[in-house]
Amino acid sequence: MSDIKKIKDEFLHKLNADLNIESINQIKSELFGKKGKISNSFKNLGSLPTEERKKFASDLNFVKDELQEKINKKIQEIEIKEINSKLENEKVDVTLPERNIVQGKIHPVSQVIDEISSIFSEIGFSVEEGPDVENEHYNFTALNTPDNHPARDMHDTFYLDDKKELLLRTHTSPVQVRTMLKGKPPFKIIAPGRTYRSDSDQTHAPMFHQVEGLHIDKKINMGHLKGCLNFFIKSFFEVDKIKMRFRPSHFPFTEPSAEVDIGYELKDGKIVIGEGNKWLEILGCGMVHPNVLKNVKINPDKYQGYAFGIGIDRLAMLKYGINDLRAFFETDYRWLNHFGFDPLDVPSNYRGLSR
Amino acid sequence: MKFTIGWLKEHLDTKFKDIEIIEKLTDVGLEVESFDRVGSDLDNFKVAKIINAEQHPNADKLKVCDVDIGEQNIIKVVCGAPNARKDLLTVYAGPGSVIPKNNMKLTVSKIRGVTSYGMLCSESELNLSDESDGITELKLNKYSDKVGKNFFKNNSEKVIDLSITPNRPDCLGVRGIARDLAAAGVGKLKNTSNLKIKNNGPQKIKVSITKDKNQGCTIFGSCLIKNVTNKESPKWLKDKITSLGQKPISAIVDVTNYVMLDLNRPLHAYDADKIDKEIIVRNSKKGETFEALDNKAYILDNNMCVISDKSGVLGLGGIIGGTRSGTEFSTKNILLESAYFLPRSIRKTSKLLNIDTDAKFRFERGIDPQSIEIGLNKAAQLITEICGGKVSEFDIQKTRTDKKNKIKFKISLFEKIAGFKIKDKEVIKILTDLGFEVSKKKSELDLTIPTWRPDITQPIDIVEEIVRIKGFSNIEILEPQKNRIKDTLNKQQKLFHFLQRSVASKGYFETVTWSFTDSKINNLFIENYKEVKIVNPISSELDVLRNSIFPNLVFYLKKNLDRGFKDISLFEIGPIFKDKNPGEQLTVIGGIKSGKISRLNWNEQNRLIDVFDAKKDTIQTLIEAGYDRHSLFIREKSPSYYHPGKSGSVYLDKDDIDPVAYFGEIHPNIIKKLDIKTEALVCFEIYLDHLKDKTLKLKDSKSQFQFSDYQKSDRDFAFVVDKNFKAQDLIEIISSIDQSLIKSVKIFDVYEGENIPKDKKSIALNVTIQSSEKTLEESDLEKINKLIIATVENKSGAKIRS
Repeated sequence: MSDIKKIKDEFLHKLNADLNIESINQIKSELFGKKGKISNSFKNLGSLPTEERKKFASDLNFVKDELQEKINKKIQEIEIKEINSKLENEKVDVTLPERNIVQGKIHPVSQVIDEISSIFSEIGFSVEEGPDVENEHYNFTALNTPDNHPARDMHDTFYLDDKKELLLRTHTSPVQVRTMLKGKPPFKIIAPGRTYRSDSDQTHAPMFHQVEGLHIDKKINMGHLKGCLNFFIKSFFEVDKIKMRFRPSHFPFTEPSAEVDIGYELKDGKIVIGEGNKWLEILGCGMVHPNVLKNVKINPDKYQGYAFGIGIDRLAMLKYGINDLRAFFETDYRWLNHFGFDPLDVPSNYRGLSR
Repeated sequence: MKFTIGWLKEHLDTKFKDIEIIEKLTDVGLEVESFDRVGSDLDNFKVAKIINAEQHPNADKLKVCDVDIGEQNIIKVVCGAPNARKDLLTVYAGPGSVIPKNNMKLTVSKIRGVTSYGMLCSESELNLSDESDGITELKLNKYSDKVGKNFFKNNSEKVIDLSITPNRPDCLGVRGIARDLAAAGVGKLKNTSNLKIKNNGPQKIKVSITKDKNQGCTIFGSCLIKNVTNKESPKWLKDKITSLGQKPISAIVDVTNYVMLDLNRPLHAYDADKIDKEIIVRNSKKGETFEALDNKAYILDNNMCVISDKSGVLGLGGIIGGTRSGTEFSTKNILLESAYFLPRSIRKTSKLLNIDTDAKFRFERGIDPQSIEIGLNKAAQLITEICGGKVSEFDIQKTRTDKKNKIKFKISLFEKIAGFKIKDKEVIKILTDLGFEVSKKKSELDLTIPTWRPDITQPIDIVEEIVRIKGFSNIEILEPQKNRIKDTLNKQQKLFHFLQRSVASKGYFETVTWSFTDSKINNLFIENYKEVKIVNPISSELDVLRNSIFPNLVFYLKKNLDRGFKDISLFEIGPIFKDKNPGEQLTVIGGIKSGKISRLNWNEQNRLIDVFDAKKDTIQTLIEAGYDRHSLFIREKSPSYYHPGKSGSVYLDKDDIDPVAYFGEIHPNIIKKLDIKTEALVCFEIYLDHLKDKTLKLKDSKSQFQFSDYQKSDRDFAFVVDKNFKAQDLIEIISSIDQSLIKSVKIFDVYEGENIPKDKKSIALNVTIQSSEKTLEESDLEKINKLIIATVENKSGAKIRS
């Protein structure tokens, strides 16, 4: 018995000292190793008289548990102490810059095309496209602009051959013709795309973007045209009220034809679209001319409807406060970064057009 | 089309204010571009204040004055006047001004070594008085708050400038504009005086129109005015001409111009004594020449409509007259021409000769054929009033008689198109006011179209007339119908939008560049496509359609490098052209990337970008667009503008013929030729047209979800293979050994050098093995291990590296 107590006292004393993990392991093996004191004591168990054996075993187990527990506690303490001291040394300056971020940008023209598509999608339009190179038939003749018509002079055309048969389309209207030729009415389409005219100055670029709209059905009249454009302009500029003015004009492929102005005011040098008392021309439109319908083999007595053409770049400039049209196409990295959009910012009608 | 309100009121009886007239013009479709006073030379004379007057350093009698002219900067004027002194208010004339007294034009000049910007004027120089001893002294109390303002009042009338659409030739005359306004309720159209001029005897110069094929002239009216005294126009006429920014020439010319602007009736006056015997209107012969009033000599082609006499061409009918028969101040007898030329003929000739004149502009759009005599009458009247003389009878030659056009108009068509109702009575009133002769038969109108409206040929034209006069504001706004006929986007369009945003999300800035480019750069990227030249490019650097997405991207990348950027990622999605016919184009998304990854980063090692960055962006974009990485196949083949050893092409499937993408470094020759200064340059391009219809809809492409929970094992191998053996093939060999067990193959090292023969390389890879049926035992693994080694060695000639 005294042996057990002696072991216990001796080792409890040892364990009370300030120890590291190695010394504890040392103590552990002194006690519980193959030749450890506790292990030895258990070996001696067999040599004891039966009546003593039970008590001795019980005492020994008790001491063994006590010491074991003490050791575990001690190890835990040391581990916590070690983590704590590690934490002390592992502090970093989290204000240092993060790892590199890559952030791409979507060009404002693309973003605005997506916005336009989203708005017209809501009222049932689908997107059509046509080639950039056209022949003069699709670009002019089929659109009721015969060769001898002075309206051809309104478009400064890029030609690809001396006979002036192949050209870069001067508007997106040939898509109307192509769409109607390959399908059957009703038609309800928009056609965004690149268009080309051979003038180039501060406010004109030799290439720009238009979106064409076409709705042909049995009873589509100018009221529908007004309603459609009213819906579009309000949605696009994200305002509740808009002042809109239809001004009679002339395009060979529509009749009656109109140009549409919207109201704006200048606030701190910026254009604010809405209810101001100044007018800004933003698009041309009209009822599709019966001659155009005849040219695509549609009976104008049965079917009628409207068409419009909107300058996309100009819309982008107005909505996002961009002053210089030419800058759209000059690929200045700073400009792209400044006016570009995050690729995750996809315009949609449920999430909203823009942030 | 320019005119003054005063002129308008000669035709229109109205109480409307100027601003109301302006608004109404816009409402009926006559777009007002501006409404302003015409600037005059006298606007250059400003009230000015001398801030300081110092002695000129090099001249005793001169002073150098600091003058406030109401602008931001004080300017310096050298002045010799003894009364030039501080705080004097006087009159300043800027550079460009013409001094009224001596017509001297001022320039910025150095006077004895001091630059003088303009001049301070005396009363005599301004024609105000004879006072010439000093500069004008203005009264302080009257002028002290007027510094910078014009000294002379601009008394000119305000001029309205309209932009007239090509369908409205009638509004190229003031009377036509007045008629539209009257129809829209702005007052009443005045009757023109039908005072017929007294004619004396026949027109003695014979006029004939030949029966040439496609004769461009159908009516030629003329009269002779004898014994005129040509002179400067009277003030009222001069004022009219100058108010429109035109220059008065002589009474005869000014009158013909006035009648043209007033009635849109172009006229031409010949010096009758210069006409050789008779007037013949005929087609030109190739090679004929004449000198036109613009002082240019023109060489004519066949079949242009000319006015000629016995000696040759006098002028191009309806386009421009010639110098040979032009009127001068000495002209005594004139022949006045008032004719009708066919728009088509005018347009053809003027295009071929590249002439643009006022007359051409009008005849091309269509002149009222019935205005011949009205024009002659009015002009002859004015000329005899101003220049005296006696007028002959009018001679009218015609090759055909123009009948008035008629159409039937169903009133119901208006509501069908415009969407709102209007009373029959109102329809009739509008059309009558516009000059139509109207007779109503039940719900239909029989209309005779006014001869000045060549644009009106069918019922829809009538709808337009009524709606624009009634006002577009009457059209109701109908809620848009939301019914849909087709999906908003088709598959190809969805792909376009997806790829665009996918590439942008990898750090590329989207750009939009011209569809045309510089042929010199384009040639480096043209490959097998045809060069498409633009006949009339805006500049020689933009002379061809682009055959590749890269010429512009490379050009603008270089510009940004020159701006000091180094690490640039740009992309564009758009058309490239294979040839010049409609539809011979492809949609391509191309990206270009320069510089380094992790430049100036405190915790990441920087490195040059390389071909594998381009490959990653290409492959990842394709995967994101829904293509299976395991089916994608890479070949070394790529276009010639890529670095031949560091580029490749991507196929959706091993057996495909057309690659869907290329990636790689740009050929060093191109970098050198274009002088691009960058450390590294890679690019990639994906062809949307080749990606057609390869993907199933998501709902159809998802297979059942199966996975294995049994233990995975990893084994590493290193094979020594021929240097040009493809890693792709090695992976393929191993993957296809047993697809139910080999889950992935990853290359983690490629090594050449010491311990490896010169023509060999070592590829180290990690193979993941997992069964979906059981936990593999060591013996199973050993078996598959051996199989991998044996198969690779057998199929590739590789040796396992021990």
